[in-house]
Amino acid sequence: MSDQHFEPVIIGFTCNWCSYRAADLAGTARVKYAPNVRLIRLMCSGRLDPTFVIKAFASGADGVLITGCHPGECHYIEQNYKAMRRYLLLRRVLTQMGIEPERIKLVWASAAEGVKLAGEINAFVDDVRALGPLHWMHESALHQEDELHTTHSHASEAMAVEVPA
Amino acid sequence: MTSAPIKLFDEPPTDERIGVYVCHCGSNIAGTVDVAEVRDWASQRLAARGVVVSRDYKFMCSSLGQELIERDIKEKGLTRVVVAACSPHLHEATFRGACKRAGLNPYLCELASIREHVSWVHTDKSAATDKAKAVVSGAVERVVKSTALEPLHVPIHPATLVVGGGIAGIQAALEIADAGFKVYLVEREPSIGGHMSQFDKTFPTLDCAACILTPRMVQAGADPDIELLTWSEVVDVKGYVGNFVVTIKKKARYVVTELCTGCGVCEQKCPKKLVDDVYEAGLGYRKAVYTPFPQAVPKYPVIDRPNCTYFQKGTCRVCEKFCPPNAIDFTQTDEYQTVEVGNIILATGYDLFDPRRVTQYGYGRLANVFTSLEFERLTNAAGPTNGSIVMRDGKTVPKTVGIIHCVGSRDRNYNNYCSAICCMQSLKFAHLVKERTGAQVYNFYIDMRTTAKAYDEFYQRVLEEGTLFVRGRVAEVTDAAREENEEGKLVIQVEDTLAGRQRRIPVDMVVLSAALEPRRDAKDVAKLFGISCSADGWYTEKHPKLDPVATMTEGIYVAGCVTGPKDIPNTVTQGAAAAARVLGKIQQREIEIEPVRATVDQTKCSGCRICNNMCPFNAIIFHEDRMVTEVIPALCQGCGTCVAACPAGAISGSGFSNEQIMSQIEGLLLLNLEKQPAREAVMA
Repeated sequence: MSDQHFEPVIIGFTCNWCSYRAADLAGTARVKYAPNVRLIRLMCSGRLDPTFVIKAFASGADGVLITGCHPGECHYIEQNYKAMRRYLLLRRVLTQMGIEPERIKLVWASAAEGVKLAGEINAFVDDVRALGPLHWMHESALHQEDELHTTHSHASEAMAVEVPA
Repeated sequence: MTSAPIKLFDEPPTDERIGVYVCHCGSNIAGTVDVAEVRDWASQRLAARGVVVSRDYKFMCSSLGQELIERDIKEKGLTRVVVAACSPHLHEATFRGACKRAGLNPYLCELASIREHVSWVHTDKSAATDKAKAVVSGAVERVVKSTALEPLHVPIHPATLVVGGGIAGIQAALEIADAGFKVYLVEREPSIGGHMSQFDKTFPTLDCAACILTPRMVQAGADPDIELLTWSEVVDVKGYVGNFVVTIKKKARYVVTELCTGCGVCEQKCPKKLVDDVYEAGLGYRKAVYTPFPQAVPKYPVIDRPNCTYFQKGTCRVCEKFCPPNAIDFTQTDEYQTVEVGNIILATGYDLFDPRRVTQYGYGRLANVFTSLEFERLTNAAGPTNGSIVMRDGKTVPKTVGIIHCVGSRDRNYNNYCSAICCMQSLKFAHLVKERTGAQVYNFYIDMRTTAKAYDEFYQRVLEEGTLFVRGRVAEVTDAAREENEEGKLVIQVEDTLAGRQRRIPVDMVVLSAALEPRRDAKDVAKLFGISCSADGWYTEKHPKLDPVATMTEGIYVAGCVTGPKDIPNTVTQGAAAAARVLGKIQQREIEIEPVRATVDQTKCSGCRICNNMCPFNAIIFHEDRMVTEVIPALCQGCGTCVAACPAGAISGSGFSNEQIMSQIEGLLLLNLEKQPAREAVMA
């Protein structure tokens, strides 16, 4: 199959105050963008637990978009900086797990930046489309759930997830 | 990081009874999304996930649409509701209300945004319908994991803290006291009054600032509901909306206010005279024991310890000797007062831009270059020159005066923003120079911004008075003469953009209309009160248009120049507006807070304290004795950063729990999972 037929599925995490409202604004302004991203609303990008990202990849996502308020504009003062630190760390962890770090992307979008968010989504969809499907969520993974359930520590959890990939 | 296992999709069917309601929103959704297909898909594919009823309706938010949901909750015994319609920011409250009326906990209702995030932003009907299904599926999975929540109720303490005794703070304090509630008005200088007390005239009406301000100051000083805490600073803020506990440092005055009559003998007798660079902007003198100005409120002086001869050399005590009521007490120490308040208004104002930074304008190097605040003191009848406009030598009246606008404003080297008041202030200066000296006045401006009531009329008036306006940013102020007529003068080098040529204009005196900047310690104060600043350092309003005096922190309000440069009318308006918001809160007696909060399962907490430094609201406390952490619900703002940080998975976030989000991820990818084998087949 040529890459043209591949449409990536992307999970997008948004914060309640800036980027989710940017997505709302893109809607009210009727800005068009690719339909590949499915958004999840968190209260803050600081709520983003790195396991959410791994969970999304493990459940079949080809890319994960993380969005939040611009630095200095966080509704919760400075929690987006924590999101940024986790993002940078997570990219390294994902690389070690064999996932191209380009499959996650961090975008700051204020509630006024609907057009910017739409543009970033389009660019990211193109990037992930070019990378091709991730296939982390393999058919065989469905049958390995019992194994996964037995793992508890983070390290072994990550390892166990890596097996099906 | 959580210890929740990463699990895939084969949980047993839920025993919840879920209703799915898909809105057409006229053609807003139905025009791009096949609503009937989403409805049918939800009822078939998601039946195993607990969906027992799936309906579509033209306008779900209409009263008929809401009744549809209410009826199903009652008749079909729904335990969860998913409404696929617009953004939760628009109608979450509407549908939660419908659920509540039908006896279902409102937090068991989930909105799936298929309008703002689907139909309005996509054009391909099939792709949009697929995405709508995914979004609905995500909402269904999430709502299954939602738990019933109750809003938190917090009582409101009726007292208010106002920080900053300028005109904004005074106005706010008076409004609240007028309504009969207690106000603590904290000011760090010895007197209230702020910048306005330094001005002579106020534009555009040219009322004398003291004439309109001092009655307000007296009123604030005399009001039994207002407790003035001057020469004081807030050092600690604990608590949350309705229940703040604030510690105020009352710096030692060395004057017993109970005995002092404000007669001023101490100030007369004090032998130590020094330059007053606060109130007189460096142009005048004060004593080591002083009140900043004669109309000061309160009237009690303070002793400036670092400059007092007795404190520095151990001898003098002249003030003590002459004080008629024996009110001088050199043994006083700083005191700390703790007050309980329900709401806080920050009205800490601005600092003037230091024009030394624009070295080419020569301030600090060329004697007859003045700042706008210095010029205010020069023109003030109670100022160091009794209102005569004279040069730095204290006697020569200038024959030509150049006034430069936008010094430090609208300049990418310093501040990008417009300081809002400088145009009108410069016009006022031009008028005062003309009126008092008859000198020739040049105003150098980039754009003339005279936008409020009667402002442009004032501009016309100053034009008619014969002030010359040169449009262009001044390149340099120099004393290096090139021609004879420039000898002994300050030469203003400017590109006149209307004439299209360079000009050199010799003047005797230059006034720099300096920018307004955030207080030098604005960021520390913001941190103390738990509010946020913009990159410039101005405090961030909850909404710049629709909620300009509230902040993102409940119970903390802002007024005046703390949020950006403002003229006096706007500052007063904001002071009154902040007071109105506070009074509204006080009248409610208690407030409801969204129950999106973090809670610690203390049996799981290992006491690692990783979360302790995560919280900018000081909502996390650590019990040393039991080595466990606790989150104070009323302080917690619900961001969830600590939830994500806890390595033991001991912290859970209500409304946005790990289980809800993990399930939503699975739900959102349900379609993807279904399609994956097909995709692989093609790939093979």
